[in-house]
Amino acid sequence: MAKTIEEINEKIKQGKAVVVTAEEIIGIAREKGTKKAAEEVDVVTTGTFGPMCSSGAYFNTGHTKPRLKFGGGRVTLNDVPAYAGLAAADLFIGAAALPDDDPRNKVHPGEFNYGGGHVIEELVAGKDIRLEATAYGTDCYPRKKLETLINIRDLNDTVLFNIRNAYQNYNIAANTSDKTIYTYMGVLRANLGNINYATAGQLSPLLNDPYYKTIGIGTRVFLGGGTGFVAWPGTQHNPDVPRTKKGVPTRGAAALCLIGDLKQMSPRWLVGTSMLGYGCTLTVGIGVPIPILSEEILSYTTVTDAEIFGAVIDYSGDYPNLKEGILGEVSYAELKSGRVKLKGKEIPTASLSSYPRAVEIASTLKEWIVAGKFLLTEPVAPLPGVEAGIKLKPLKERKPE
Amino acid sequence: MNVSKRIVLHFPKRMVDRPIVSRLVKDYDLDFNILKALVTPEEEGLLVLELSGEQQEYDKGIRYLTKTGVKIQSLSQDVLRNEERCTHCGACIAICPSGAFELDPVTRRVDFYNEKCVACGLCIKACPPRAMEVHF
Repeated sequence: MAKTIEEINEKIKQGKAVVVTAEEIIGIAREKGTKKAAEEVDVVTTGTFGPMCSSGAYFNTGHTKPRLKFGGGRVTLNDVPAYAGLAAADLFIGAAALPDDDPRNKVHPGEFNYGGGHVIEELVAGKDIRLEATAYGTDCYPRKKLETLINIRDLNDTVLFNIRNAYQNYNIAANTSDKTIYTYMGVLRANLGNINYATAGQLSPLLNDPYYKTIGIGTRVFLGGGTGFVAWPGTQHNPDVPRTKKGVPTRGAAALCLIGDLKQMSPRWLVGTSMLGYGCTLTVGIGVPIPILSEEILSYTTVTDAEIFGAVIDYSGDYPNLKEGILGEVSYAELKSGRVKLKGKEIPTASLSSYPRAVEIASTLKEWIVAGKFLLTEPVAPLPGVEAGIKLKPLKERKPE
Repeated sequence: MNVSKRIVLHFPKRMVDRPIVSRLVKDYDLDFNILKALVTPEEEGLLVLELSGEQQEYDKGIRYLTKTGVKIQSLSQDVLRNEERCTHCGACIAICPSGAFELDPVTRRVDFYNEKCVACGLCIKACPPRAMEVHF
């Protein structure tokens, strides 16, 4: 019964494809069995919506008259520094960038109300952005100063380029110290006062394709409300981690590097985000379709929160000191119940990733496919798997001579 | 019939040093619990109260406050969630000391019960998309 992506695309074009979300497939497979479900279902859609700091955007502003070269100069967007180490009219802005005059953590915890993630959100929302640039001036690019408003509709290329997104599983954060700490995993109260997690669990893209049998370089995805592609494995892509019997990683493992046209995207799915005491980031909406090419691939998509486990990490000691210890392992079903038992204590839990928005993404992607507006792509190369032998290295510090 | 309401009082500059809340107790037999108080020099005063007592006396007390020139607003009008910005992640739930945020187990959406809110303001900065707003 094995299907090909080409056959599934043919069905999509004819309006005959059967598409369900990664949440719906659980009940369908339970009722019909995986064999029958794999015959009937063509595509399973996934979704996730959470803060992803390694996100950014690059764009080409068009040239000024007379010409000015950003490259080697200094550029800010709404006072947030952009990277100007490229050619004359190209800029890159990262989600975690902060204005020079932001007080940061001088009064701890800093608020971080506006940064690169917010610039990207406002740009996508069609708001004017204030660009200020200073350059050193050359014979061919004589101009040295620029202050102007820019708007996405007037820019040439506008590209969201996220070098690490959609982590396959992630740390679960707690605090064993006696004071509140402020982290990228949210506010963590003292003495295991709360536990925060950040995954859509059974809806999350890479948890539904644990061995990357369908998701690869070139896979077309829902990105920020538009469509994008998997460009590369995400940085820190690390598939060789402990896994359950069904192959689901119990630690942060794979990640995706994603790219897409910002002009198609929407501020509903790219939200500038402030983590108290930590910094700015961008909350990104991602959805990946999984073509049901075989019963095996279908059975991976039936994974439930009760079958996905993660490690609780102490963000007051082990994490900042790059130590390996864990406080325990819990399932996402337990986490989503609102309370988990750990170290003899009942601890309230909260998520940084929005499950209702993940459901909305998976459902939207499903609608696009059913309506024939979104075709699947054959990956041009696979993501490195467990067999690739990737080992993440810490930074070995060496003193310059 | 007894009532208990959470209200926000704004005192004009000229009234900050007058005994006003004490009259609510003496003359109208009302109970109060101060949730938040702010008196800035040269500025107006702000008092967030939980006020309770007999309905008739409560109404009289509120009339008295209005007559003195105090501006009254119910707390639920002042602490708001910007529904456009809220992503229903849940970062506010464990932060709130009064349990004003609850996760709906079916929809997984975060419900905000502003009648439980004590206007402490902890959620304002702990909310990653900055969806919580205080309008005192």
